[in-house]
Amino acid sequence: MQPLTTEQIRSLIAKGKLRDAIFKGLGIFCLAVALLVIILLVSDMVEKGSERFTVDFFMNFASRHANQAGILSAWVGSLLVMTVTALAAVPLGVAAGVYLEEYAKRNWITEIIEINITNLAAVPSIVYGLLALGIFVYQFGFGQSILSAGLTLALLILPIIIVSTREAIRAIPAMIREGSMAVGATRWQTCRYHIIPYAMPGILTGVIIGLARAIGETAPIITIGALTFIAFLPPAPFMGEPAAGLFDWVMAPFTVMPIQIFNWTSRPDPAFEVNAAAAGFVLMAMVLSMNGIAIYLRYKMRKNIKW
Amino acid sequence: MSANNASDLHTVSDRLAKNAMRNVSERLIEGLLFSAAAVSVLTTIGIMYVLISESIHFFANVSIVDFLTDTQWTPLFDDAHFGIMVLVSGTLVSSAVALLVAVPMGTIIAIYLSEFANGKVREVAKPILELLGGIPTIVFGYFALLMVTPLLQKLFPELPGFSLLSAGLVMGIMIVPYIASLSEDAMRSVPMSLREGAYALGSTKLYTAIHVVVPAAFSGIAAAYILAISRAVGETMILAVAAGMQPNLTWNPMEPAATITSYIVQVALGDLPHGSIGYQTIFAAGLTLILITLVFNILGQWLRAKFRENY
Repeated sequence: MQPLTTEQIRSLIAKGKLRDAIFKGLGIFCLAVALLVIILLVSDMVEKGSERFTVDFFMNFASRHANQAGILSAWVGSLLVMTVTALAAVPLGVAAGVYLEEYAKRNWITEIIEINITNLAAVPSIVYGLLALGIFVYQFGFGQSILSAGLTLALLILPIIIVSTREAIRAIPAMIREGSMAVGATRWQTCRYHIIPYAMPGILTGVIIGLARAIGETAPIITIGALTFIAFLPPAPFMGEPAAGLFDWVMAPFTVMPIQIFNWTSRPDPAFEVNAAAAGFVLMAMVLSMNGIAIYLRYKMRKNIKW
Repeated sequence: MSANNASDLHTVSDRLAKNAMRNVSERLIEGLLFSAAAVSVLTTIGIMYVLISESIHFFANVSIVDFLTDTQWTPLFDDAHFGIMVLVSGTLVSSAVALLVAVPMGTIIAIYLSEFANGKVREVAKPILELLGGIPTIVFGYFALLMVTPLLQKLFPELPGFSLLSAGLVMGIMIVPYIASLSEDAMRSVPMSLREGAYALGSTKLYTAIHVVVPAAFSGIAAAYILAISRAVGETMILAVAAGMQPNLTWNPMEPAATITSYIVQVALGDLPHGSIGYQTIFAAGLTLILITLVFNILGQWLRAKFRENY
């Protein structure tokens, strides 16, 4: 092989640098496309929906007349479903995370649970809807209620909470446990008074991300048979005639924000597009602010804790 | 003296008793925590139980051969046909479109962030990507139907109002963050010494990225691709809104078609009686969906095992 002249080497280097620069440009371009999609989405919704951002829109029920329709039953429904989801998913997820990280011995049972959690992340969300339809709605007889929906979404986000709990716990150094046990604390006391409080920011991040995912989920809730047109609110505790019990609302039929949007988008009358845009913006603001809080928490946590 | 001794004994046994109680409650708590962890396994068992038990009723009425070979899907008509291929074709075409967008874009973004971008860009870009991944799919559906389809119709005037193409494109954008974020994590865990070796031999950044870092991180990247496929195959709302719900055996993305998931939504929106054949079809369709994702996951496990690098 003939040795290269300086000129040839320089041109080779220049070519390599050019290719690097082109790729860098491509990378920035791809990132810009992603950013552009977010901007387009938000600006389109604001532009189309801005005329509907009034108090009435939040305080009116769904209606056949586009300009009178509101999202009252949808946001109340979303809020109630999220309450059930959080009450079910947070204790379960944190307990499972603590068990796997602090208690579990390395054996085949633990292995099965771990493989299973990984695989559940790849199960399509609509399949959780089918599970809920078969088990919660018909087997347990919960019907097409807020309870069924809340539990379905709780199962859906359980892996997210378990994984983030485990990661948060794993970051706590062993000396904390050893110190606690050295003064005679039991394993549970160590978890209860040391591990869980220190892991709290990480757990909270996971919980918020999970709930943000749940609040935007549509498919599993449609599958269990949420209604698309609801012009009443679930019974408030101790109100009405006869007075409702404290938990009567959990068995009530309901609708949620994503279903309201779906309903409006799938109507042929373009007047409803405006409503869909406005409601979509409200939903996105909810989800993105929750995600924003989670990102901020994680950022802050990483900065503050130095073991 | 003796009384003193007795009280000492008393306290000691008291403390032992208390310890015994403590052990019991510790056991109880461990049991509780274990049952919480077991819920995930119960979920899987529940999913398989529901899908299989309902599908068994379905396949008692419809033969598996018909299910797999019929070219029509009209389960709610009087002249009922149950050809799942119709729904599978829509699912595969829309997923293919989505992956054609998401795999190159996601991989390029991952390589750029891991090998080219400086720390500051990465700090800003990753949260933005996470926000993109957090947008509810129904909002993406709205975006596909009311913004992307009209835009595409300017390019291709013959494009119908519902199409697999626009739903697939938007689905691709939705999946980009998953691929980018997971692949980037995989590439960043490739040790610096491998890159330094390549640079020392005179490789450019791009050459190092493509010939050293990507192959070394391939098992992680493959895992990201598999997750992306699962997401694309199982995505529901974008398709239900923007691809139409007409069962249509087609391999052409410019046409409207129903997918497995959008069919389930369509049936769930109506009020089919519990136990009817129409009700059972959604479980048979769900079982098919799970089996498709399972095949891809097994493929992914195999890929990961084959390309795992130890360094």
